[in-house]
Amino acid sequence: MTDQLRGKSTIVGTGHAGFGEAHGLTAYDVMAQSALAALGDAGLTLSDVDGLFCTMMEDSMPALMAAEYLGIQPRFIDGTMSGGSSFVNYLTSATMALDAGLCDVALIVYGSNQRTASGKLVTASRPPAYEAPYNPRYPISAYAMAAARHMHEYGTTREQLADVAVAARAWAQHNPEAFERGPLTREDVLGARMVGDPLTTRDCCLVTDGGGAVVLVRADRARDFPKPPVYVLGSAAESSHRQISQMKDFTVTAARASGKRAFAAAGVSPGDIQAVELYDAFTINTILFLEDLGFCAKGEGGAFVENGRIAPDGALPVNTNGGGLSCVHPGMYGIFTVIEAARQIRGDAPGIQLNDIDLALAHGNGGVLSSQVTAILGSQATL
Amino acid sequence: MPDATGPDQIFQRALADKEIVLPRCDDCGAFHFFPRVLCPHCHGTAISWKPASGKGRVHTTTVVRRKPERGGDYNVCMVELEEGVRMMSRVEGVAPGDVVIDMAVTAFVGEAEGAPVVLFRPAEA
Repeated sequence: MTDQLRGKSTIVGTGHAGFGEAHGLTAYDVMAQSALAALGDAGLTLSDVDGLFCTMMEDSMPALMAAEYLGIQPRFIDGTMSGGSSFVNYLTSATMALDAGLCDVALIVYGSNQRTASGKLVTASRPPAYEAPYNPRYPISAYAMAAARHMHEYGTTREQLADVAVAARAWAQHNPEAFERGPLTREDVLGARMVGDPLTTRDCCLVTDGGGAVVLVRADRARDFPKPPVYVLGSAAESSHRQISQMKDFTVTAARASGKRAFAAAGVSPGDIQAVELYDAFTINTILFLEDLGFCAKGEGGAFVENGRIAPDGALPVNTNGGGLSCVHPGMYGIFTVIEAARQIRGDAPGIQLNDIDLALAHGNGGVLSSQVTAILGSQATL
Repeated sequence: MPDATGPDQIFQRALADKEIVLPRCDDCGAFHFFPRVLCPHCHGTAISWKPASGKGRVHTTTVVRRKPERGGDYNVCMVELEEGVRMMSRVEGVAPGDVVIDMAVTAFVGEAEGAPVVLFRPAEA
């Protein structure tokens, strides 16, 4: 997105469903409940939706499946599948479609029942031919190798990785919507079962059910809705690879490029951001993205997150809902970075509501550090 | 069977003959991996095949933890070959946890699920 689209669209509804365990429901049931929740929040109905932005884990034509299930005939759809970043990426295409008049009400939606259906990641994607013979465990082996390289190059420690999980839990403990709210210490993380060295089970995101949705309209209609508007000030993507074996530098992600362009489009810098919502599939993600988005220098992410610096009352609020590590992670988490960023700005965050948030960042990751999408959201005051 | 013509076929058939070959671009001279019909560096389409030196270093590594009754732990790593390309593989002949970054390794053609694959062992000192 360029600055020509700055503030052209606004989020007027957010919703979610099926957090934790959605017994007896299919992934599409959870998707539909999430859509209804977001539309209800906006004071709209399904019949108002003429733009649908959706992908799911289980099908090759999920946007069509979703439209059919919802009983709508959208005139604009985007089902681009870039993994968990897709739902942040749709902020760009939804803004473009709204601005061009290709649709008037854009619904971004996702749902999954992976926890109750199988207890592990459900995916329609095939293992890459030149990786499959070595049986890497997807996606953890990829992130474990990124973490190992970061530790080797920069001296990042397992304790620092653990502190990411501890901070996420500290936020989650205040969030009644979060799935894991029990106490968690650095020692608990380090002592948990090792699953892919150097990562233990507590360095890994949850496996939950859940869905989420946001509704966007053109900014000129922003004041016609019950909740305070949240503007899309900038969003940008960059894709670097699909297979982990093709990642050029295991310690640098395409978030460096996506972040730079998103900040430029929004006309703000990292120091202006008051709440940071990152896709934390694994503890290393948070460290990589804080570095690549410019919140600290490359290699300093470990020290940046240490000893509660990103926990409540720390130096920078990161993953204020508890993140994918402690709040919810139904296969793809991207939509929840957008929802939490929007709710912090609106002032109705489910957990700790920070004071006077005008600028928040949502960052989506897809594949194996493959697709990076950064969005900057702002209140009416930031226009 | 006609001669192998596609890049994947050429690579796999060489492996079946216990040879490791790597694609190299005639235009820019750089190697690439995985095999494909164009050079991902300069986008040239004239590709030649060169025998791999077999010399590499572990770029990064992990241990996939698995219950003993299901076969136990094993190594998954990225090896950077002397030719400048990286491939996913496994280092054999040492415990999975003893595979470390920068370790010098030598390639050999092994087997996984009945098919030939590139594996590595620690280089002789």
